[in-house]
Amino acid sequence: MTFFEAGDLTISFGGLMALDRVSFEVRQGEVCTIIGPNGAGKTTIFNLISRLYEPSRGRLIFRDQDITKAPPHRIGGLGIARTFQNIELFEHATVLANLLLGRHPHRTTTLLEEILFLPRVRRAELAHREKVEEIIDFLDLQKHRDTMVASLPFGVRKVVELGRALAVEPTLLLLDEPSSGLNVEETDDMAFWIQDIRNARGVTVLMVEHDMRLVSEVSDRVIALDYGRVIAEGAPAEVQNHPEVVKAYLGG
Amino acid sequence: MRTLFKTDYNQDIRLFKHGGAAFWYAVLGVALLMPPWLSGEYWLSQLGFVCIYGMAGIGLMLLSGYTGQISLGHAAFFAAGAYAETILLTRGWPFPITLLAAGLLAGAVGVGIGLRALRLAGIYLAIATLAFAFMVEEVLARWVSVTNGNNGLTVPAVRIGSVEFNPAGARFYYLVLGVLVLLMLAAINILRSPTGRAFVAIRDSEIAAQSLGVNLAWYKTVAFAISAAFTGIAGAFYAHKLQFISPEAFTIVLSIELLVMVVVGGLGTLHGAIYGAVFIIVLPEVIGVAKDYVPAGIAGQPGLKSLLFGLIIIGFMLFEPLGIYGRWRKIQLYFDRFPLYRKGTFKRQKAYIRTERLR
Amino acid sequence: MGDVVAFTQQVVSGTAIGCVYALVALGFVLIYKATEVVNFAQGDILMVGAFLAYTLIVLAGFNFWVGALLAIGLTAVLGFFLERLVVRPIVGQPIFAIVMVTIGIGFVARSVASMTPGWGVDTHFIETPFYNKTVRWGAVVLSQDHVAIILLTILLCLVLFLFFRRTKLGIAMQATSQNQLAAYYMGIPVKTVFSLVWAISAGVAAFAGVLLAPIAFVHANMGFIGIKAFPAAVLGGFGSIPGAVVGGLIIGVVEALAGFYLPEGFKDVAAYIVLLLVLLVRPEGLFGEATRKKV
Repeated sequence: MTFFEAGDLTISFGGLMALDRVSFEVRQGEVCTIIGPNGAGKTTIFNLISRLYEPSRGRLIFRDQDITKAPPHRIGGLGIARTFQNIELFEHATVLANLLLGRHPHRTTTLLEEILFLPRVRRAELAHREKVEEIIDFLDLQKHRDTMVASLPFGVRKVVELGRALAVEPTLLLLDEPSSGLNVEETDDMAFWIQDIRNARGVTVLMVEHDMRLVSEVSDRVIALDYGRVIAEGAPAEVQNHPEVVKAYLGG
Repeated sequence: MRTLFKTDYNQDIRLFKHGGAAFWYAVLGVALLMPPWLSGEYWLSQLGFVCIYGMAGIGLMLLSGYTGQISLGHAAFFAAGAYAETILLTRGWPFPITLLAAGLLAGAVGVGIGLRALRLAGIYLAIATLAFAFMVEEVLARWVSVTNGNNGLTVPAVRIGSVEFNPAGARFYYLVLGVLVLLMLAAINILRSPTGRAFVAIRDSEIAAQSLGVNLAWYKTVAFAISAAFTGIAGAFYAHKLQFISPEAFTIVLSIELLVMVVVGGLGTLHGAIYGAVFIIVLPEVIGVAKDYVPAGIAGQPGLKSLLFGLIIIGFMLFEPLGIYGRWRKIQLYFDRFPLYRKGTFKRQKAYIRTERLR
Repeated sequence: MGDVVAFTQQVVSGTAIGCVYALVALGFVLIYKATEVVNFAQGDILMVGAFLAYTLIVLAGFNFWVGALLAIGLTAVLGFFLERLVVRPIVGQPIFAIVMVTIGIGFVARSVASMTPGWGVDTHFIETPFYNKTVRWGAVVLSQDHVAIILLTILLCLVLFLFFRRTKLGIAMQATSQNQLAAYYMGIPVKTVFSLVWAISAGVAAFAGVLLAPIAFVHANMGFIGIKAFPAAVLGGFGSIPGAVVGGLIIGVVEALAGFYLPEGFKDVAAYIVLLLVLLVRPEGLFGEATRKKV
């Protein structure tokens, strides 16, 4: 089975070609990181997978299904969850509500049942709550449970977003710069969580990252992007020392 | 200082979060059953209006407060319900059916708007709803064969079996109170289940909502439909109260009144809808009473209500954007923490404009 | 031949009223571009301007032009202080709150106008130098008032165009609209810029009010015409100043033609039908740009 494959992805914004026939694959159970200088097109790939953008050519295959034309709201249900570079949390809701929203793809109740709040709705709510509590325990968010997201510090928000993505129970988790804005301790926590997500939960992780220490520590494979093209692919150490990659980061 | 010790996930889902809350709501319930014995006919009638506006307020609150879709044209749904009720009753349909039909018709109109509104956001949506309301008003005035145009329609009284409900009487009051409670429960149920959460998600971040499987088209349409249906039911009762309806009763001014009601009451809370309804009905009364104490020159002015209305809106937005309910919660918190309350608890941070246009 | 004449007359009178819509829409868009505030009270500021002109010209006996200019100036000052006292504290809050505040301002303006001695709830009239005079253009007879409105509007648009393109203040206004914090860092006196934008916008509204007075008379509710400016601004593309003007003109002409050629009642809703069509087909308007949030 092809777990995840991007083939020939191409997209332009205005006259600028953001991605130029990008192809790569992600194997089940690995942590794969996309690196590259700013503007290389990394988040654009994520936005294509989330179906926020339309590629002008190319295809996306997930678990043997072609998702290139899928509507954006179907992606969660297929088992793909993501975090956002600049955090897209629900600011005027509590952390708990945000996490519970992560359970939305697993909703089993209909509108009418909810209006009447039948016992099965209550049971479903309690089941969702249990799942979410497990994530709260995993990420140590207990003391923030009932806090409004708007009043949380940045570092905690990133964790909440991770939690919300985990609540989806994804098979593929997209992390967009999970360590940006975090200090050293928080980054270490993040590294631990990512490894745990892969090892204990069996979730495949595709992430975009700049922090090379984190990249080396957790990644199984690294893909380097520059100016919308894949310039290197392989084990972390290999890619980081690749001459093209060095050139892309240092210029010249 | 009271700390709530939770032992069960159910406590977060329950209607009453703790014994104290249940007790006070019970007291409120009893108090609400008393008016027919305690107050005169005028106040009883006014309470009826509070219930009716409250229904519409809940409807609008669900749409604008929880789903974040601004509607400047809610009078249109009010009118749809009112006219549906009147026309069907006049044709001989029985009361409870007409009420349901009014709600369904208004809801259908809401679906129509919702579908059109999918691509619109923020201010564009507000303007579109405004335009829509104008057109509905015009249609009501021109479609003379059905609505009798500007000459209006007389509204038959509510009749269940052989019992007639005088709109200013006790039976009618209990009826609207009962329906208000039912709608309130429905709203609470929606809000504590996935649909309600989806509404809030749409309000706060459509992009994130989509990534979590929230079908924007479906939920926005549902929000409009439910909001319109609730408002339509309110409109049906409104028609009975007025006993005579014409397009002039459903102008943009009514739409703005409804919006002010939910904002002043407390946007984003169901309590706010009720506080807002009380505010809207009580304000003219207060002005009426105050007129006796104010020099004749000022009291005699016709624009006094509008002036106060405008000043109150501005005042709330400047000083208490969380509305009456917000202020009430702050007061509760003060007493809760007394004497350890810190003055800066609700100090607003200086906020800078970041353009919302790149959405 | 008579048909062409009638048509032309309708187009001209439609253009004249369209100029008023255009000016109100222009004031709108000015404020929106600079501060992202949608000023629902724009029409009511127009009303205040018209009343001030009425007071100066009719009640106090000033010369028409002097009185009009004074009224515009006074209204601009009013706009300046309105921003400082009422709108500025709201800046940074969600659009909703700001919309509500401007709605509130509208209520206050209307009620104060209806309670002011000399104004009240009556309808008043300002006699302009063009009143009741006509101009011939071939077989077409045009009212001088209409022609004057069109010409004066063109003049004002030119002045504003030069102001925004050639002066630092105009560019500063755009900068502050896109990122207020960055504008602060660049040394732009952001608060003053905002107040000035409101002042200009109010002045434009007053200008429109003076132009409108001979056609629609001066009364406390004349500001409701401002609601027609919404379709104009949306049609033109909400962030575009030339768009607002074009939008206003189109709405004015469409309305006039609808009133003449279509059955009764269409004239009143013509503007809204156009609005809803635009929102359906091309929400970003004629000159606007479709934008989307970058995540």
